[in-house]
Parts: sequence; C-alpha cells; structure tokens
Amino acid sequence: MSMLTVSGSPHIHGDSSVKKIMYTVVMAMVPAMLVSVYFFGLDALRVLLISSLACLFFEWLIQKYLIKAPVTINDGSALVTGILLAFNVPSNLPIWILLIGAFISIGMGKMSFGGLGKNPFNPALVGRVFLLISFPVQMTSWPAPKLLFGSITSSPDAMGGATPLGFLKEGLKNQTVPELMKDMPDYAMELIGFMGGSLGEVSVIALLLGAIYMLAKKVITWEIPTAYIGSVIIFTGILWLVNPDMYISPVFHLLTGGLILGAFFMATDMVSSPISSKGQILFGIGAGVITILIRIWGAYPEGVSFAILIMNAFTPLINRGFKPKRFGEKIQSA
Amino acid sequence: MGILKTFKVGGVHPPETKLSADQAIEVLPLPEQAFIPLNQNLGAPGTPQVAKGDEVKVGQLLARGESFISSNVHSPVSGKVLKIDNVMDPSGYRRPAIVINVDGDEWETGIDRSENLLKEIKLSQKEIIEKIHQMGIVGLGGAAFPSHVKLMVPDGKKADVLIINGVECEPYLTSDHRLMLEKGDEVLVGTSILMKGLGVDRAIIGIENNKPDAIRNITELAKAYSGIEVCPLKVKYPQGGEKQLIKATIKREVPSGKLPIEVGAVVNNVGTAFAVYEAVQKNKPLFERVVTITGKSVEKPGNFLVRIGTPVRELIEKAGGLPEDTGKLIGGGPMMGKALLSVDTPIVKGSSGILMLREGEAKRTEVKNCIRCGRCVSVCPMGLEPLLLAQYAENEMWDEAEQERMMDCIECGSCHYTCPSGRPLLDYLRLGKSKVGQIIRNRGKK
Repeated sequence: MSMLTVSGSPHIHGDSSVKKIMYTVVMAMVPAMLVSVYFFGLDALRVLLISSLACLFFEWLIQKYLIKAPVTINDGSALVTGILLAFNVPSNLPIWILLIGAFISIGMGKMSFGGLGKNPFNPALVGRVFLLISFPVQMTSWPAPKLLFGSITSSPDAMGGATPLGFLKEGLKNQTVPELMKDMPDYAMELIGFMGGSLGEVSVIALLLGAIYMLAKKVITWEIPTAYIGSVIIFTGILWLVNPDMYISPVFHLLTGGLILGAFFMATDMVSSPISSKGQILFGIGAGVITILIRIWGAYPEGVSFAILIMNAFTPLINRGFKPKRFGEKIQSA
Repeated sequence: MGILKTFKVGGVHPPETKLSADQAIEVLPLPEQAFIPLNQNLGAPGTPQVAKGDEVKVGQLLARGESFISSNVHSPVSGKVLKIDNVMDPSGYRRPAIVINVDGDEWETGIDRSENLLKEIKLSQKEIIEKIHQMGIVGLGGAAFPSHVKLMVPDGKKADVLIINGVECEPYLTSDHRLMLEKGDEVLVGTSILMKGLGVDRAIIGIENNKPDAIRNITELAKAYSGIEVCPLKVKYPQGGEKQLIKATIKREVPSGKLPIEVGAVVNNVGTAFAVYEAVQKNKPLFERVVTITGKSVEKPGNFLVRIGTPVRELIEKAGGLPEDTGKLIGGGPMMGKALLSVDTPIVKGSSGILMLREGEAKRTEVKNCIRCGRCVSVCPMGLEPLLLAQYAENEMWDEAEQERMMDCIECGSCHYTCPSGRPLLDYLRLGKSKVGQIIRNRGKK
C-alpha cells in the first residue's frame, strides 16, 4: 500500500470546475453562432474563428513569455471571451481591427489584473468598447443580413446598413415613431434575427435557447437577466405609454440591439458581477436603467456595453453593501 | 407526503453512496489489545482510576471525568492493564490512553445483558441525568459532547422540545440508519428517557427521505410512545447540523453564537438515544457503539457493533482487508470526518464510521483562481461568504473576519465541496476560526 493522504475535510469534491462552467457557456453560444453564420455568411464564421483564436493566442503569449505563469488557455475562459468579442462586432470588421480588439480584451481586460477571476470588467466588453471608440466607422458599418441559403422576401430596404436602434436614433430627429416603424423589420423578423447588427446579438430566439441551457446547468442565475430585462421593460414601457410618438414600444427595445446578449451572456459574468442575490438584482436594474438612458438620451444608439461596464465598476461596492442574510442574525438583534 | 421539510439557506447534495445500508449490524470479535483514550469527549480528559497491572472487567470505570464538561470512560474489555501511555487517537495527536491486554469477556455483574425491551422508566429526572453522567454517555453523532451537560438546562432558559437526529446526512455512513431499523424500540425508549431528563413532553425525530424504511419503522413504532413524532426531511447536507436540523424541523433559528437551548430545543443523535436506553434501562456504560465500515473498493462494507478501543485495523480486516487502491483513511464521513494517520488508531465513542477512499478520490483537485462565482456563498448553510472569509484568513485580517462572522462557520465543508476552482476554503476558515477564537478568549481575560 502506498502512503495515506492526510488532509482536512471535506474529503470529496463536487463535480464542478472552471472548465465545465466555461465550456457550458461556449455550448450555450452555439445556437447564436449558427444563426450568425446563416445570416451573415462566411464573414461571421471568419470573425468567430479569428476572434477566438486570437484571444487564446494572446493569453498563451502573455502567460508564457511576459509573466511566465502557468498557461491556462485550456480552461475555456479565453475562448468565451473570444466568442463574446466576435458576437459584439459587425461581421465585416477588418481583421486587423479584430486582432486589436482581441489583444485589448485579453491583455488589458483580463491579464493586466492578474488573469481569470481578478478582472473587474468583462474582458470582451473592454475590447468591444475600445474598438467602438477607436474605430467608430468600422464598428458601426453594419452589413445587411443576407441568407446563406433560402430567402426572406420582405427585406426592409429603407434600413440600408443600420441597426434598427441606429435607424431609430437617426430617424427620430425629424420623424415620429409610427412613421419609422413602417420601414423597419417587423417583430417576427427581429425575433429570429433578420436585421442589421453585431453578429451575435441579432437572434433573440437563439440567445434565449442558450440562456435556458445555462440556467438549467446553473451556470447563471435568474437574478441579473430578470432585473436587467425587467427594468428595461418597465422604464421603456412608462415612456411609451406617456408618448408613443416619441418613444418606441418596450418590445422593440427587447428584440433589437444587444440587450438579450448582454443580459444573459455578459452581465452574468461571474467574475465581474455581484455575489449576493439582492446585489445581483440591483446590478441588473442599474444596467437596465443605464442602457435605456443611453439608448434614448445618449450619444450612442446602443448602451448595453457601457451599462454593463459601468455596473461592473460598482460591483465591489454592491458586494460590500449587500451581504447574504446570516443564519441566526435576525433573532439576535431582537 | 407533500413538500418535505428542510432548512432554507444553502446546502449541497453530495452522492449518497450508502453502500452498507442493507447490512445488518454484526458484532465485531474482541481485539487482543484495546487502546482506550482518556479523552473521548469534547472537553477535559478523565482521570485514570486504574493502574498498570490491574485486572479490569467489562464496564468497570477506567477514568473519571471530573470537570463540568467531561465524561467517564469505562472498560470495553476484560483483562489486564498493560500500561497507561500516549497513543495516537483519531485526532492524529498522541494522547494518554489505557492499554489493556484482553482476556476473556467478563462483564460487571450489574449490567443487564438480556435482549428484553424495558419500556418502563423508573428513574426520576435527576436520577436520569446522574445515570447518563455516570455511564459516560456522550453525543454519538461525532462531536462527542457530554450528554448529561446537554440535559442540564441553564437557569433562565427553558426547553420545550427534544429533537432526535436521525438525519445521517454524511454520505456513506449508515450506523444510525441500521439502529433505527434494528433497534427502533430501544431508540424510542431512549428518546422518552431523554424527554424526561430534559423535562419536555414533545420530541421530534428528524429522518431524511433517503431512508424510507427507517421513517416507516420509527413512525409505526412511535405510535406506542407519547409525544414522539417523526419528521421526514428532504435530503440535503448538512441537515444533521444542530442549527440546520432545528430550522428544518421546528422552523426556529438559533441566534449567532448561541446554543439551541436559546430557542427551547435540545438535539441528540439516534445513536445517543440508544446509548441512553442501555445506560438507564440496562445499567450499561458506553463502551461499544455501531460503526460503519465502508468505501467503494471495500470488499464487504458493513455495520459493526465495536468495542471502544478496538484498533481500526480489526474492523478493516473484518470488511475484507484494506483495498490496494486506498488513498485515504477517514474517521467519520467524507464531508466532516478526519483523515486518520494510521490503521492502528483506536475506535472511540465519537467514531461513527471508517471510510476508505480510493487514491483518485483522495486527491484534491488543482487549486485555481477564485472566479467569484459565489457558489460557496449560496451553499453556505450559515449565510456566510466563504470566499471573503478565506481571503481575510489568507491575509491575517482577523478583525474583519470576526465582523463577517467567521465564528459562525460550522465547518460543514459545503464551500470547498462546491468550489469550481477547488479552493481549500474550509482550511482557511478553520485557521481563521482558531485565530479569531483565540483573540476573543484573550479579550475575555482582560
């Protein structure tokens, strides 16, 4: 017999691991990946592949040669960042810009702070916002979706290369919401994702499939997405009821832009979101309100990325303020 | 059965792996030598009452527990005292123990060795507590707190319910399960005695739903006893924790830093109830107990009635020998048990089981960065933030740790069990608890 191991309890471990969590998220993004390739063709595939490989490469490079730390690219987290970054850019983005985005995501967003678990901000969003500010033209030139095969006849030609949100923002300068609605894809098309936009954000259905998978696998919890989406519905709903000529319906806000992608796949990032249930709800509400403030009154047509990054910055504060309820606490104070 | 009761906050569900659940209790043959530690309870060690060369009988007093929280130790065997020497006990430390060369099996005459069930409780409340004290009864769930102390309700407090812990939420262990199946009446009489000792007329026996046969058996038998009800519970670890069990059965929450008596409850284990029956009705001191011997590679997992002081080796041999692939030997269950250093460690009053983990199971997973997933927080049954407390312990920030209620940790291990990064959270928390505890005690002295 070999030597006995002697260590503290517990002596057994559950089957959870960082790797499992990360690859569950990757699996959950597969439907949205497929839809993006279907709508945006091989361009989407190219962006997905290059972004993922670049993120893995930069993490390997930094760990191996710069900080000389153990290489952890197998844990899946760099892959998740790569796919999320791809999801957040137009499918016709030049490769060199994408490479810069991947480098910023991994280098500045993640490794600068000490790697996985130490990053205060969602790395993919750091990269995305960096690109949006540095390359505003390339980052907002949206290709119109064209099907890989098959066809949809009622293509809304008025939209050109804009996202519905961009189209709305521009149009509201001299038109009313009902007038603009005529030239936009209908809700059914928005639901499946037939509209301009970043390649991973367009299909609400595909994203929801992934979201359900993550919820079932307990990789994410309900609090952040529910609070996020709920606050968007309530906020935009009130505005819409007050003045439907100026403010568009909450359904439109749900189906367009990056709300669903952000709420389920990015705001829920464990590392950069609060820990307690109450804290997560506050985080979600904050993100929802900021998103709508930017969408309606801000300079950008879309505010999801900014909203999540801003709330990421509040996370440490929220964690301090919202503690779980201690067992035996209530009675003691009485 | 409707919705089963359980505690509200936290908890995990490790694989139950109750390999020995169907194995009836067997009597383990006597060892050649018995090693009986003087301290087998939470609290102070006993003072030896025998000397080298003395002939002793089964049930004879070996050591007297003289301080308030301590208990008597009786001889589990008959024979000659070889020496009083330091012997490694399950804690891994070498501590004073009485070593006896076993010769025959001669019992003290006052012990009733018949199988007759004695239901009538003749002793008064005070006599019951005294008897339990004399007979060296301690909590058999693992903590080994002297049972008579639990029955002495402090002034100003009042108990209104006795809770019997038949949860056995640790994976692998089945000794309580077998007792409830095979010695149901004895457990119930023991419960009635404890009720009388405590001065309450209500008792609840909490049993997890993975033991439907035990629930059925005890529910059926309990009809003949007054004031005893069975409460089936949803399977969730650590439901056998005192505070969790009280919350699950009677929805009361023991305040932070306080004992169950604060909410009018006292908790005792099923095994303790059985020992109390034997002590009070049969005049039999606590010198043997049921021990589960188990593990995935163990040839014949089982449940044995074992004399205290028997080396673990004998139990392992009876179960088919130590498997080739054994990587870890554990006294107790896999969640809260202690890794034993040697197969020569004796069985003590608090030994609920001996578990042999395979080499693969025994190894800890590689430690990675905390990804702040918060799972340790959501599984903590005390509503603590293990990731934060571990950080405080790592950085020796004891004041902060105290403020975040380090001392509330019950060391159930759910945090470490569930951590996807394999972080040894409980190691840090244990360290923190000992440091913070020390600071608090020193403060009291000033």
